[in-house]
Amino acid sequence: MAVEEGLKIELGKQGVFVTTIEELYNWGRRSSVWPMQFGLACCAIEMIATTMARYDLARFGAEVFRPSPRQADLMIISGTVTKKMAPQVVRLYNQMAEPRYVIAMGACAISGGPFKQGYNVLKGIDRYIPVDVHIPGCPPRPEALLQAFITLQKKITGQPLTGEDRPRHLDAEAQGEFPVPHQGEHDLEPTANKGVWTVPVVIR
Amino acid sequence: MTSSPYFSLAVLFVAALGFGLAPLGLAWLWAKVYSPAKPNAIKNAIYECGLESKGDAWVQFRSAYYLYAIIFLIFDVEAVFLLPFAVAFTGLGAAACVAMLVFVVMLVEGLAWAWAKGVLTWA
Repeated sequence: MAVEEGLKIELGKQGVFVTTIEELYNWGRRSSVWPMQFGLACCAIEMIATTMARYDLARFGAEVFRPSPRQADLMIISGTVTKKMAPQVVRLYNQMAEPRYVIAMGACAISGGPFKQGYNVLKGIDRYIPVDVHIPGCPPRPEALLQAFITLQKKITGQPLTGEDRPRHLDAEAQGEFPVPHQGEHDLEPTANKGVWTVPVVIR
Repeated sequence: MTSSPYFSLAVLFVAALGFGLAPLGLAWLWAKVYSPAKPNAIKNAIYECGLESKGDAWVQFRSAYYLYAIIFLIFDVEAVFLLPFAVAFTGLGAAACVAMLVFVVMLVEGLAWAWAKGVLTWA
């Protein structure tokens, strides 16, 4: 970071544009996040509304919903993830191109929501894949999804190209494979991916 | 050397080659540095629907399937004839009803014949 913020603004007023590779790179990444086109439950209706003219997700460069995981960067988990569906969701996440991000939309996707006690409902998709932004709500309004998207953009902007905090796709050592659970006798096996989720400690 | 009439051509050729290869090289370098490939077995799977592909895609259908398809088509078209008849049913006489019954019975007879011949049996 050679040029500080104030000087940059001053130079901008004079018509001089100063940037760094990192800034340019992250600007490109955050302005062209392509979500994957799939909806799981009622939250998907709100997601669809977000993409339409009234809420207009296209303002943030994310209007291109791709039907193939190979072309998508962002997975919006829009709704209840049943245990029957979870392996497919995790497999699709694995098939997405790096760098990839996940927004867990709604109470069901983040915790199981009103169906948490159900034997068939996964209690939060973050048990299997790393979630970047959680949105509460049942369902969250389109504004909430826009807020989550802006939060994600801020997160992308803050990711450095080098160092410990660099995104996973720039780390040649980090592997992009997340194990896909399978249907066991009573539950999904394994019940959670230990690498991304640990049993929360309840403090009473 | 500069006196050679082909010198300018050679310069243009090298420039043209560079013009084509430089973007390719830069793109390759960019991909190498800023998006290292992370292939794995799940990512390289052929099917993109979240499900695992099962069996072989190179299966063959018996050509006798066309008989099955034709029978379906006949009854598909029959529905088109039946619909206007059903709409105007209250205004029609007994003769029209009998005519339609004959039509349907003829088609059903054909179906029974095909059934007896074993056309409906798969594989």
